[in-house]
Amino acid sequence: MASLGQPMVWLAGGMLALCSVMIIALILLVVVRGMATFWPGAITSYHTVNGQVITGEVTRSSTYEPRPELIDTLPQDAQERARQLLAANDGLAERVLVRTGNYELDNSHFTWVSNYTIERMEKPEWFVVMERLTWGRFYGVPTAFYVDGELVADTPADVWREFERHHGDIRKRWQQRRILESKDIGKINHQQERARLELRGAEIAAQQARIDYGVRSEQFNQAQRTLEQQQQRFAQGEAEFERRYADIREEIVALNQENDRYQIRLMTVNGQEKSMGMAEVVRAYPANQLSLLGRMGVYLDRWQEFLLGDPREANSEGGVFPAIFGTVVMTLIMVVFVVPFGVLAALYLREYAKAGPLVSVIRIAVNNLAGVPSIVYGVFGLGFFCYLVGGSIDQLFFSEKLPNPTFGTGGILWASLTLALLTLPVVIVATEEALAAVPGSMREGSYASGASKWQTIQRIVLPRAMPGIMTGMILAMARGAGEVAPLMLVGAVKLAPELPIDSIAPFVHLERSFMHLGFHIYDLGFQSQNSEAAIPMVFTTTLLLILIITLLNVGAIWLRNRLRRKFVVSAV
Amino acid sequence: MVTTDTTRVTNGSNGTAADPGYAERKNRGRLQEIAAGKWFPPVVDHQLEREEPVLTVNNFCLWYGNAQALFDVSMKVPKSKVTALIGPSGCGKSTLLRSVNRLNDLVDSVRISGEMNLYEDSIYAKGVDVIELRKRMGMVAQKPNPFPMSIYENVIYPLRIDGVRDRRILDEVCETSLRGAALWDEAKDRLHQSALGLSGGQQQRLCVARAIASEPEMLLMDEPCSALDPIATGKIEDLIDQLRGEYTILIVTHNMQQAARVSDYTAFMYLGQLVEYGATASLFKKPQLKETEDYISGRFG
Repeated sequence: MASLGQPMVWLAGGMLALCSVMIIALILLVVVRGMATFWPGAITSYHTVNGQVITGEVTRSSTYEPRPELIDTLPQDAQERARQLLAANDGLAERVLVRTGNYELDNSHFTWVSNYTIERMEKPEWFVVMERLTWGRFYGVPTAFYVDGELVADTPADVWREFERHHGDIRKRWQQRRILESKDIGKINHQQERARLELRGAEIAAQQARIDYGVRSEQFNQAQRTLEQQQQRFAQGEAEFERRYADIREEIVALNQENDRYQIRLMTVNGQEKSMGMAEVVRAYPANQLSLLGRMGVYLDRWQEFLLGDPREANSEGGVFPAIFGTVVMTLIMVVFVVPFGVLAALYLREYAKAGPLVSVIRIAVNNLAGVPSIVYGVFGLGFFCYLVGGSIDQLFFSEKLPNPTFGTGGILWASLTLALLTLPVVIVATEEALAAVPGSMREGSYASGASKWQTIQRIVLPRAMPGIMTGMILAMARGAGEVAPLMLVGAVKLAPELPIDSIAPFVHLERSFMHLGFHIYDLGFQSQNSEAAIPMVFTTTLLLILIITLLNVGAIWLRNRLRRKFVVSAV
Repeated sequence: MVTTDTTRVTNGSNGTAADPGYAERKNRGRLQEIAAGKWFPPVVDHQLEREEPVLTVNNFCLWYGNAQALFDVSMKVPKSKVTALIGPSGCGKSTLLRSVNRLNDLVDSVRISGEMNLYEDSIYAKGVDVIELRKRMGMVAQKPNPFPMSIYENVIYPLRIDGVRDRRILDEVCETSLRGAALWDEAKDRLHQSALGLSGGQQQRLCVARAIASEPEMLLMDEPCSALDPIATGKIEDLIDQLRGEYTILIVTHNMQQAARVSDYTAFMYLGQLVEYGATASLFKKPQLKETEDYISGRFG
């Protein structure tokens, strides 16, 4: 009889093992592919039987069955060899996907090379990979280096040395230029906008005074005078802005001119030549000459750019810092809203409400909320938060900006609130359970000491239930940080140049739209022009999102364990 | 227990005075009749009438939903004495105790009739401030129930919720209460550590300290030793002995020896009725009712 339970042990254990295997496989896939994305590969030149030379990094390979017509397109002598090769492999051929870059010259980033077309392959010594701000990567041999239009180097080795000597400074000047453009000019734009809004506010006030009191009224005259003052101040300010703007422009032009003195010339594998400005080049390395340490350097440099930089090339290159920032800030704002809200609701349900059909119905409704598709929350958030609440806020406080919306469109605040709503059931259910687990004897002890209900809840029940409430918070955070669908409607965008928190007063801009890692993954994977280049980034970004959620959770769990040690450990 | 009674009583009804077991069976019949729903007035020692009562219970009845748990209980708890409530499980002694500070209010289905007075003040009259009322009594529960906070905060909890902020008063109350609960020497060096780290017996003495922190007019103890080992039990009993004379104590206990050791007066309850109430010495030596003697001598219950 005792052995009757044995199959159940195997079944239960087997299920757990299956779960673990699937989870580990998924994580392994994400980790391995995510980590591999930034590794700089070697450059290979494939000379095909058609006389083409295809040069670039091999990204992946596959096996396929070529149609016979494909073989017929080959030159006569090659056809025979190709057929033999195919026959030896049951009609299957191997092919590799080569990242050839040079998009502006030959209109493709990648080319497939099949094994039966390869005549020979080599690793060219002087091919350099150039990662550029636009047009993707460039693969070519450096042939000339010009300073002020004069040739200073014409062999690959010399050109490369010159390049390395100047590139760092040029990039620094470029960074400086970007800071001028975004920070300083951005600040002027904001001040200008504020001045414009003040003027507009005065105009509106004057109009309103005319409607309310008439043209001959004292109020209207007053408003009119204010408006005139504002107009004067605006004109003065405008001149001031013009002047400051011109100063900055001048600085930028100077930096550009300095950078434009340097030019590098490269030759592609097909003999085409291309000159480019050095500021265009983000990173360059002679792929086949790198040592392991050198490759490691490029790898880490790419990670650094990924974590700290802004995206470029329609998000498929560069960094995701704005998305990391947006995700973390949104999740934290969400927690700030959902925890107090959910805890108070659960408190009423568990501590104050008399058990009865109504409470049961509410409890079922709360649990059902967890089953509503998240996109529905997105629609609700758009309709209620963005349009209704945000629209009203705009009418009341930002009328001078209309018809441009301030809060009346998607933004990080509305996204956080929408997700707070979405994760509310999680918090309520976890809190209710934590409250129910507080021993009745403790409550009685408090009541017997003469405490009121609220004092008991505040001093005994809540501290004791805090670890359980934290568990709810952790679950809500994990759920909220990974959610994407509703965000598309309420404020997550493909590219948000301005972060929700920055150095321009009032420093926190909750009305701004933001970038989110989850949405970034969707955007990379499905909306990208250059999908072959974007797919590895999908894995890397996923890895990053998982890491961030893990980090947030670990922080919350640490906090919970501290509270648990403080409140729950008991000798009895 | 009750089943054997039934057969004996049936036999006894045919018996004569010459039958040696007759008196016993006749008296057992009284408990049997209580079980059948008959109410008897309690037998109360005259000595109690000389005492000044702190708590007066008059015809107190209590129902959990439709089940009646207390039947017309009337008794006076004398001032500065230890009064023990004894009786078999389910006889309503804990219910009676918890009715005194209205902890039964927390149970939705409870209804009551009759009255209780703490000195002159009615406990169950309309408009009574229950919180104020509870502040006049301290309670020690069956299982130690320290709060999840430091020893210090535990002891001064009643003052904290009253909004006392003066550090000097709080420190003083903490010390006197802990001394009063014979815990000061063990706890003085760890006042600000969690109370949950204390042993069970220490936790229970901490609960006593908390109960006497606000200098209540009455101490209610609901089987304070039932979760403790003999040594801890001994300490709590010594503590009750020390508190005698200073506090009016009403203690529920399962343990007859304990009642005999610590109490001045003892009330025997059975199935929601007060059966006999008198000075502990006489009640345990020479009870007026035969069934009380049977119960305390262990022949029944």
